[in-house]
Amino acid sequence: MEIFLAIFLGTGFGFVLHRVGASNPENILNMLRLTDLHLMKAILLGVGLSSIGLFLLMAAGLIDSGHLSVKDSYAGVVIGGAILGLGFGTAGYCPGTGLAALGDGRRDAGAFVLGGLLGAFAYMVTYPAWKASGLLDHILGGKTTLAVTGNDAYGAVLTGVPGWLVALVVGLALVVVAWALPDRPGRGSRSLPRGVPAH
Amino acid sequence: MTGQLDWLRGGIALALAFLIAVWLVKPIGVSTQFVIADGMIWDQISPDVVVEDPGTKSGFASSNAYLAKSGGKYASHVAKPVNYGFVFVLAIVFGAFLSRVTGGPRPQASDRVAPAAWRERFGASPGKRYAIAFLGGFLVLYGSRLAGGCTSGHMMSGMMQTSLSGYLFAAGAFATAIPAAILMYGRGGSRV
Repeated sequence: MEIFLAIFLGTGFGFVLHRVGASNPENILNMLRLTDLHLMKAILLGVGLSSIGLFLLMAAGLIDSGHLSVKDSYAGVVIGGAILGLGFGTAGYCPGTGLAALGDGRRDAGAFVLGGLLGAFAYMVTYPAWKASGLLDHILGGKTTLAVTGNDAYGAVLTGVPGWLVALVVGLALVVVAWALPDRPGRGSRSLPRGVPAH
Repeated sequence: MTGQLDWLRGGIALALAFLIAVWLVKPIGVSTQFVIADGMIWDQISPDVVVEDPGTKSGFASSNAYLAKSGGKYASHVAKPVNYGFVFVLAIVFGAFLSRVTGGPRPQASDRVAPAAWRERFGASPGKRYAIAFLGGFLVLYGSRLAGGCTSGHMMSGMMQTSLSGYLFAAGAFATAIPAAILMYGRGGSRV
């Protein structure tokens, strides 16, 4: 049953990544050099809506909060994110979209995935040094969320407020930003995302 | 490009994919499976990398400290490749293929070697593009593993759950990804 779900959900995720255009590195690079933000808008909307849906459905008892998986906070999260960003901004792929791009028949995605396998291996053998450095030690309480999840394994910052209300406010804020961002902030201009196109 | 969803429909589709996954099983994540694939290859070359060990929580242990952590969780996934996370990630490749053959966006032959943003700046020859894609892949997966997750697990799934680690990750990732892309590709391709 679990394997059937893995096939169903993985296929669905790959399908959606491809339809959104996330497996096309042109869209990722244009998002990151701020010339075409349609993917940024889709991502912000996706996070906002899924967050609102998740917390409302958990409050209604329709989603089991035991399914959540909150990751630890530590300094290495920011450092690792920054290292990832360098590759993301030059190659135009992240792990999920690189795999989807393989299914799209993109050859540069093959090089990306091979490089990824080597990069993951390099981390496996250098892990003890990171561990010893203290940069993997928990900060902000470790596995912590903004909103109360109802899962006792995770601490929350805003404990006095119902979790669904926090998620609704944060989620709506993301939806509003998604709505307000311009699709094309002016190709060829030096303007900021909100600026007027140069032509 | 034809067949590609606009941001509104695309955002709704992404939200559903992440929501249905956490409803039925657990939040979506991808980058861990690069470690599992490496472990499988490594274990083929030297079979004593992952061994059965009834003394650990998962029943498996490893000579590699990373595979052995959390009671040998990764080691057990290396030993049993037909597990949820690994099959899920393989299915992503199939899902994208399915979208392409059922009316999704189709890349041109030149796009399959390098995106247009690259070709405008560095030309159409594949060698340099593959080298940068390889190097990019190295950085992306090294960084993901240090961070404990990638764009899917930390940013999308993490921020969906309002995880503080998800916000930290997104801040770190965009702080370098945006300058890197602008420095490398400029703001308007060849027209600047």
